[in-house]
Amino acid sequence: MFLRIYSGILLLGLSVSHVFADNKISSNQFNPAISVILNGSYTQFTNDPDNYSISGFALAEETGPGEEGFSLGESELNISANVDDLFYGHITVALTPENSVEVEEAYFETLGLGDGLTIKGGRFFSGIGYLNQHHAHSWDFVDQPLAYKAMLGGQLSDDGLQVRWLAPTDTYLEFGIEGLRGDGFPAGNAANDGKGTMTVFTHIGGDINQSQSWSAGLSFISAEADARETGSPAETFTGDSEMLILDIIWKWAPEGNIKQENLKLQAEYFSRDEEGLYAGNNYDASQSGYYLQAVYQFKPKWRVGLRYDALSADDPGVAFAGTALDTLGHDPERWSAMIDWSRSEFSRLRLQYNIDDSNPDQDSQFYVQYTMSLGAHGAHRY
Amino acid sequence: MYKKIILLLGFILLPSLVQAQLRIFACEPEWAALSMELGGDKVSIYQATSAFQDPHHIEARPSLIAKMRRADLLVCTGVGLEEAWLPLIIRRASNGKVLEGQPGHFMAALQVSRLDIPINVDRKHGDVHPQGNPHVHLDPNRLLKIANDLSKRLVAIDADNKAYYLQRLESFSTKWRSQIANWEKLAKPLQGIDVVVYHKDWLYLFEWLKINVVATIEPKPGITPSAGYLTIMKQQLLQKPAAMVVFARYQNDKASRWLSEKMKYPLVELPYTVGGNKESSSLTKLFDSTIQLLLRALKEKDQKQ
Repeated sequence: MFLRIYSGILLLGLSVSHVFADNKISSNQFNPAISVILNGSYTQFTNDPDNYSISGFALAEETGPGEEGFSLGESELNISANVDDLFYGHITVALTPENSVEVEEAYFETLGLGDGLTIKGGRFFSGIGYLNQHHAHSWDFVDQPLAYKAMLGGQLSDDGLQVRWLAPTDTYLEFGIEGLRGDGFPAGNAANDGKGTMTVFTHIGGDINQSQSWSAGLSFISAEADARETGSPAETFTGDSEMLILDIIWKWAPEGNIKQENLKLQAEYFSRDEEGLYAGNNYDASQSGYYLQAVYQFKPKWRVGLRYDALSADDPGVAFAGTALDTLGHDPERWSAMIDWSRSEFSRLRLQYNIDDSNPDQDSQFYVQYTMSLGAHGAHRY
Repeated sequence: MYKKIILLLGFILLPSLVQAQLRIFACEPEWAALSMELGGDKVSIYQATSAFQDPHHIEARPSLIAKMRRADLLVCTGVGLEEAWLPLIIRRASNGKVLEGQPGHFMAALQVSRLDIPINVDRKHGDVHPQGNPHVHLDPNRLLKIANDLSKRLVAIDADNKAYYLQRLESFSTKWRSQIANWEKLAKPLQGIDVVVYHKDWLYLFEWLKINVVATIEPKPGITPSAGYLTIMKQQLLQKPAAMVVFARYQNDKASRWLSEKMKYPLVELPYTVGGNKESSSLTKLFDSTIQLLLRALKEKDQKQ
């Protein structure tokens, strides 16, 4: 009997939504949105990128300045679609120039669960910070800020579950919590039986007036590493890593019309405490860092950007001399300037110049980069 | 002490308990205005963009997500106009009521027949819309059809106020039909004239007013013209002259201004939507102002010759 009632209600619901839903004309409406991102660069560095280091920091893979000369970057395949009325799915596959396949993201997310709740599961970029959830092709610079490279191995992406709640307020206010496997740097090797990382974050934002909007966030990461290896020759870390990230963004466009002219200012501050065993010695130290960035579109298609990075690591002690954690009495810092031209929102050519003092041997880095997107391209995050 | 707290809580919660108003998220000013006409005091409307903003390019920012979160009905254009920002906002707002396929998801352009549906869809043609040109609101006949469908949707979502919505539709329709007749009479001199436009915003307006577009300043939709392209366009217009150059309030006027100066054509900045100029404070006044500005430019051109 309940089955009859249930199917009756279901049929009624379906018929109501059919009568009052919009007219769809396309016959391929179930096809997922597929897009491919191509990017490559020509670079010139004064120092050998193989010798790259950031003083005082153990670096994960792929955090260097890149290849010298002509090179293909990672080609990205993105596929997304609604699975049914409750779920949405997305996958980002990176095809590396060395011909390997990396699953960057592969997750499902709930749609309209109710009460502002969303659940996401699978592999995804963690919701911490501001830049962490932005894909490489939407970055304003060729590379990540030093703080992201040094403390998050580029970007924190891991397998797990995310629950977030959007408050029913006029000011955007979101809370989120994640339970992750613990493979993504600064965690390592799925410690704690594959529950090695936990994050908590909150973001708030709104409009100041018609021309200005803002967003800010506070995030906390608690990660466990189990024999995490970095560097060559490898140095191992087993212990806890706790991070706090503060992010703030401000955007301006005359009358809110971003098409003509717009300005974005952003900053993120990182603070990390690590404790455990590093390269066989007891280790307990903190690092911090931040970046400030301004990107200005002065006329349609043209933008310029300026960024400053600064990092600082505690002197870990004489036991770590010669390891990656040896600060060499040097606080890493870097200046970056870029100009880019976009024929449309699907293509971009960029010139960038870095004065990189990540380590005591200053490096000048010059980049020419192209980014092209083919196919159905989703919207970019704020 | 506890009594005071309960009283205070009640005072704070009372407005949200009493407020039975339907919350509408209107993407563009024209839909906010139409929702106001049809919904009256039974609806509370949030207008996401203004007449000064290019609706193709809007930031999917926190304030829009927060407002979408509590919306009961989403009224937008669709057909790809908002594809650069709206789908992301809908996903992040965690609101099941406004998902595609739900009664709370209303796309105006899908309610009417559309022009300019491309034979093949290729990005080399610029920013084309596979389902046709989305700028449907500037044909008052299509607007009337959309009003009918929107009113039906209001009734579907908020059946308790059915009589009220039907009455408002009735009074809007009667007024609107007589206005269409007036506008057509007033705009008769515009029939058959040739104009240059900046972007293909005016397709539906010009189909109704029987105005011809001889050239579009954007070489392809969404692509700003280069100086070289404008020079070629100037040459072509010497063979096929036009009466005026038309662009929208939200568009950059540089290219349009250059061409109008070089060709000695009147330059017409049209409001495009409600709020685009001081006079266009409602849908009716939007059409009043638009026709007036076009007629004035035609007189200016005739006087020059």
